[in-house]
Amino acid sequence: MTNDCRFTETHAQADMTDLAWPSDPAEIPDWIYTDQRIYDLEQERIFRGKTWNYVALECELPNPGDYIRSYIGATPIIVARDPQGEVHAFENRCAHRGAEFCKTYRGNTKQFICPYHQWTYDLSGALVSVPFRRGVKGVGGMPADFKLDEHSLRRLNVATRHGVVFASFRDDMESFEDYLGPEMLDQFDTVFDGRKLKLLGVHRNVMPGNWKLYQENLKDPYHATLLHTYLTTFGLFVAGNKTMILTDSKGRHSTLCNARPQGRPENDQAKTEIRSFHAAMQLADPRVIQLIPEKDSPWTSNAITIWPNLILLRQTNILGARHIVPMGPNQFMLIWTTFGFADDDAAMEQHRLRQNNIFGPGGFIGIDDNEAIKFVQDGVMRSVPRHGLAPLGKDVEGPEVVITDRAIRSMYRHYREEMGL
Amino acid sequence: MLTAPNAPAKTPLDPALRRDLAFAVQEFNADYADTLDRGDIEAWPAFFTEDGIYRLIARDNADSTLPLSLMSCEGMGMLKDRAYAIAHTEMFAPRYVMHHITPVRVTDFDGEIITAQANYIILETLVDEPTRLLQCGKYRDKFLMQGDRLLLKERNCIYDTVLVPTCIVYPP
Repeated sequence: MTNDCRFTETHAQADMTDLAWPSDPAEIPDWIYTDQRIYDLEQERIFRGKTWNYVALECELPNPGDYIRSYIGATPIIVARDPQGEVHAFENRCAHRGAEFCKTYRGNTKQFICPYHQWTYDLSGALVSVPFRRGVKGVGGMPADFKLDEHSLRRLNVATRHGVVFASFRDDMESFEDYLGPEMLDQFDTVFDGRKLKLLGVHRNVMPGNWKLYQENLKDPYHATLLHTYLTTFGLFVAGNKTMILTDSKGRHSTLCNARPQGRPENDQAKTEIRSFHAAMQLADPRVIQLIPEKDSPWTSNAITIWPNLILLRQTNILGARHIVPMGPNQFMLIWTTFGFADDDAAMEQHRLRQNNIFGPGGFIGIDDNEAIKFVQDGVMRSVPRHGLAPLGKDVEGPEVVITDRAIRSMYRHYREEMGL
Repeated sequence: MLTAPNAPAKTPLDPALRRDLAFAVQEFNADYADTLDRGDIEAWPAFFTEDGIYRLIARDNADSTLPLSLMSCEGMGMLKDRAYAIAHTEMFAPRYVMHHITPVRVTDFDGEIITAQANYIILETLVDEPTRLLQCGKYRDKFLMQGDRLLLKERNCIYDTVLVPTCIVYPP
């Protein structure tokens, strides 16, 4: 869907000559997490730039007229399905006075009516009527040359693959498949294999941190066995597991794959490095971590980061999309959308729901990550600025080297190019 | 499956009985709150029956009949595992939580199971941070009477504070 209305990016770029990226590629400056100018430029160059942004799952809008509130970068949007079944995405901002008119999480409608002056839009975002267009008794009203079709909602370019909806502010985008690249597309298809999805629920939390910290977190295999004591205590993931971290050719997307050992990792050499593995510790009810085989994959978890705003996670039998929504330099919202497959039987659905105790803003390991990110933001906001470090591993090493910051460094190489930093 | 959050009482109970039951539930809730507010998470499972169910549910999921919970425990094993994880495996900043539970409304009693509800507010305080609202929600409960003692057969906490501030560590 092309934008048939005229929009301009008119703001001048702020002076950022005081910000200099350190020469050591292992160093990351604090100001990328705290500076308003950087944040504003990210919205323009990244989220409104040449990126495909995750906005919805098709199973959130199964029927004509279904819609959800969503975001592209920090911008509130609506994703809706029209009567012909086509999915559209458009800004949640009335073309008249700018009201964010849709205030519900999800619903079904024939049209969107801004409550302020009842400008009415169809499910594709097109303006279809304006009250008192000819005024009252021939007096007042819109100018004679007012054209409805020049005042539609700002519509976004939409791409879908296997039930996942992406959108872009740009009309000149490469295909979503080319955007991912072959390796990441292969990983994407291990989570979304074309089977129909079923929505299980959504969680939201606000994070007192910069949005990039969440991308970093999933590109950082180093922390997994050190921070997440639950994983190591109960043998879900220890440092000796078969693990791999892949990046795409541009360095912007990544996947962390892990294969859980059969049984418990009592004999793992690496466990002596980790304080938390308790060989004697067993869950009283191990159903929470039980793996029910369902995919022909050598991996039991795939944590995929799709630049710039999506984390896809398959862990054991949990399937989830985490949507990153920036809310200023020091804060973002995380929307956790949890799903299964439409053909899951009742027992499998219950199993996925039970297993979801691991993730989310009340999850056994979700809590660790959310807290760690707050700790980082507290540190970079309140201390004397300096450079953070991502020095582990070498950039030339292959995907099997996992005690590495390679994927974080490659993300920032791409970031600096896009941002001109 | 849950019914609407504001479902009215379905059978009128004898007012004196209802008062007694509400008082018993209120005492229970005061104990429950005190235990969590003291941070004694490993004492939390003992408020439930062996087959007790605990769920923490976002209001928008409940309204859309989506089954996902933020926390869910089915039975004593999972309750104890949740308590153990909080006490020994999760990393989080130290915090005080304080429950404020409103007076109880008993909506049903079948001679064995008391159905009741109350609203709750939980304030959370972190080191060097102002106290904030962590949750406001509604308990929708089923209690089993065992002698003069009550145990939770089911506690569904349905929270209005859908946008969770950072995370929820201790179960509401």
